[in-house]
Formats: sequence, C-alpha cells, structure tokens
Amino acid sequence: MTTLTPIDPDLWSDGPEPHLMGGKLPSGEIVFPMPQGDAASDVEPYKLARKGRLWSWTSQGFLPKEPYEGPGNGDGEGPQDFVPFLLGYVELPGEVIVESRIVGATLEQLKLGMPMEFCVVPFNQQYSTFAFQPERAA
Amino acid sequence: MSENVYIIGAGIHPFGRTEGRSGREQGVYAVREALKDAGLDWPDIEYAYGGSAAAGSADIMVNELGLTSLPFTNVANGCATGGSALASAQMAVASGMYDLALAVGFDKHPRGAFNARPSTYGLPEWYGQTGMMLTTQFFALKIQRYMQLHGISRKALGRVAEKAFRNGTVTPHAWRRSPVDLDTIMNAPMINDPLTKYMFCSPSEGGVALILASEKKMRELGANGVRIAKIAVKTRPPDSFEVFQAGVSIREGGKPTVLASQAAFEGAGVSPQDIDVAQLQDTESGAEIMHMAENGFCKDGEQEEWLDQGWSEIGGKLPINTDGGCLACGEPIGASGLRQIYENTQQLRGRAGERQVPGSPKLGYSHVYGAPGLSAVAILER
Repeated sequence: MTTLTPIDPDLWSDGPEPHLMGGKLPSGEIVFPMPQGDAASDVEPYKLARKGRLWSWTSQGFLPKEPYEGPGNGDGEGPQDFVPFLLGYVELPGEVIVESRIVGATLEQLKLGMPMEFCVVPFNQQYSTFAFQPERAA
Repeated sequence: MSENVYIIGAGIHPFGRTEGRSGREQGVYAVREALKDAGLDWPDIEYAYGGSAAAGSADIMVNELGLTSLPFTNVANGCATGGSALASAQMAVASGMYDLALAVGFDKHPRGAFNARPSTYGLPEWYGQTGMMLTTQFFALKIQRYMQLHGISRKALGRVAEKAFRNGTVTPHAWRRSPVDLDTIMNAPMINDPLTKYMFCSPSEGGVALILASEKKMRELGANGVRIAKIAVKTRPPDSFEVFQAGVSIREGGKPTVLASQAAFEGAGVSPQDIDVAQLQDTESGAEIMHMAENGFCKDGEQEEWLDQGWSEIGGKLPINTDGGCLACGEPIGASGLRQIYENTQQLRGRAGERQVPGSPKLGYSHVYGAPGLSAVAILER
C-alpha cells in the first residue's frame, strides 16, 4: 500500500504514527475536519488523539452513488464489485467525535464505548483513507 | 401579525411513481384539487409560494394554471421547501396584505438513495468519495446509539414500519398500499444496520397544494377551514448532531426538533397531551421513534411500550403518521412536509375516510426534519 496516495493530503499527519488532523478554534474547541478557506483563518491545525471510544456504528450494505469512489464505482466496475463496509463515530476524549470507516471487526463485535484506535487503510486502486479499529489488547 | 390564518383548501397528487407526468404537472394537479376543495378559481389566488428540490421552479405553473399576473415566489429550501412555502403564505395572509394565498410543493426524484455533493454542504470532497455522505447512514447511526442508551429493540423498529404499511393500505394518496408483515420487515436485506429495506422511505414523486385564507375571507366564502395555530421553523443550535456531520461536538447540544416543538407548543398555547393526531418525520423507523420523544410526546425509552400497546395506531391514544407517513408515501422532498399538513387538515375536517381518527380530533401536529439540520412544526386547530 506504499503506492497508495492519501485521499486528501491534509486529512492525517505523516510519519509512522499518523494522527487525524482537526482544528483548534480560538475558543479552544476542537473540531473535525479542519475548516477550509476563510473559515480556517483563526483555526490552528490540531493533531487529534489516536485512541478513542466507539460512540455509534452502522454498516453500509449497498453501493453508494457517486461521488463514492470505492470498489463498485471504479472504471469497468459495478455493484457486484462493491464491498460492504462498517462506519461509525469515535469519541476522542476531550476533543471531538469523528465519523470514520471501521475496520478489523465484524458488526456483531461492535459495542458502545469499546476502545478504538486510528489507522490508515487501502481504499481503492489509487487512494488510502483513514479508519478506526478495535484497540489491540496490550 | 395577529391575524388568524386558515387552510380552506387542500389538494394532493398521489405519491409514488407516475410515469409520463412531470413533478410540476403533479403540482399543478394538486393546485387544481385544492382550488376545487376551497370552491375557488385560479384567478382568486392573490399570492403563491412554491417549490421543489429536484423538479424545477414552481412559478412556471402559471403556464398551465393561467396567466393571472399574480406574484409567485419560488422557494428552494431543501427538505423545508414545503414548510417554508407554507410559513411564507401564512405570513402573507397574517400581515393583512393578502386574503388568499397558495403554498405548493412537488417533486420527482430518480430511484435509489439521494446522492448529495459535499461542496453543496460545505464539506470536503473525501467525505463523499469515501462513502460517508449518505443520509441513510446518519439515521442508522443516530438510532443505533439511541437504542443502546434507551433500550429500544429491533422489533420496535419493525413495528413502526408495519404500522406505516397498514395505514398506507387505507390511504388513497399513499404509494405503498399493501400490508407488510413484521417477519418480512425484520428479515429484509439490511441497508444500514439496524435498519432493513422496509424500514426506510424511498425518494418518490408527488405534489401538495394548500390554500390559505384570512378569517374574514373564510367567513365570506363560507369555507370549511382549519386554523394554523402556530408554525415554528428552527435550524440547528450549537453542538447538535445532524445529518452530514464528519465531526460532532463532545458536548451534547440541543436539537432543532426540540426547539421547533417547544416554540410551536408555546405559540399555540397547548401541550403535547392536547394533541389528537400527529404526523412525525419518519425517514426511517428509528426517526419516528426518536421524534416521538424529541417532540415531547413521550420520554426516551417509553416508545417500546407505546409500540407494544399500539398507542400510536389509528384509534390509539395518539395516532401517529395516519397516512403511512414517509415510509408508505415515499419522500418527494418539496412535497413531503405539506403532505403532513394535508393529512392533518383532512383529519381535522373529518374527511380522512377509512383512516379517520375517531372522536372528532381538534388539534393536529406535524413535524418535518431534514438536512442540514432543520425542523418545522405546525399545529393546526379545528
């Protein structure tokens, strides 16, 4: 997956332990995603915590229409190429609740409040994206 | 602005799929039905507000309805298009400037879930590219958490859909007119867990028109009207959790539905216990359940007992979504909120036929919710 490009160059930080990038408002409030354009003028880029707790979740059981670019909507692909996925919200303590793809778990394994950690995963032939997975037991 | 405003004409084009008839033509059909209902002709209308989300401008309707030179304002306010048209028409009459005004909403959507573009909602492209910008996901994520926190069962979700399809069987304007049993609903393909195919409404087509009159005009015409006791429209407050939100505040904020509901009850001078019939936004089964509490009709978690006991059935203590709601009628965005008002107008006038709520209902409540986090509540009084 070294050949994959991040789906957005500013979405997470570089390095072996990447962090999702949020923003810190003048009030001190942490937001996600980092605002763009004029709305970003007073907002400091802020590295979000890599660990949090599952706030809610669901499954995606059908191929989303465009602008979805995942398997099923690529060149020459169709609904038969779609790979169902999980997504949810993860509460990063004291920061913000972020919406994310969920990997490394089945639907049945997901529980409210379970510890989750940040990771970067392949998305399609071209891009990688961010996700959260259940935190590995230490 | 203390003038009483009445709905004296209500018309609907059946919801669902009508091949060969454009969304606007369905709107024109609804206007003609409303005129007939009020005993009026098109030249009598002094002001019109209307719109659609995906079926073009409303003001072109004058080509079919007649070139009477009336002012006709197009409304484009997403899921609140119908509600905003109604609120504007109400203000036009309440201000004393006009005695007869029209509110019309219509739509015609392609099949399948809505596909929104991130830029339209001020969101980064990756949000759509990675498959997170789906309204269905938001509702699933909201009810999933709600079920965990308040002990709502999957069966309760099924019961809401079962009731909707049952009510649809006795509603001439509904799209889904056949009953669907609980097992079929529960075992249908999962769309977004915990919501199966039958627990979601589908984008559809339809048109609704309402004619509003001043009290003086209504008496002059001898029309059969219901009074608009209060309309309240609210957008989202800080720290709320809404559709299309990549990040949510860790502080639990307010909800637009709660704000609109409270403002409507206060403005109408009534309380939830006074309401005889309610139409609540049921984009999916979970939405009806959560909106029962957000609108003040029960406490969080009590919905389980409500559905078990049939309290929200026609004939129950508070019939909810008597025409099958969005689940049975589908959701043509521009018309959906006005359908709720149409249904309450018919119920309060005792004209709802087989689905008529018994006991001559006096107060009807309607609630619409949509992206990017707005709610409109209307209370009608007989």
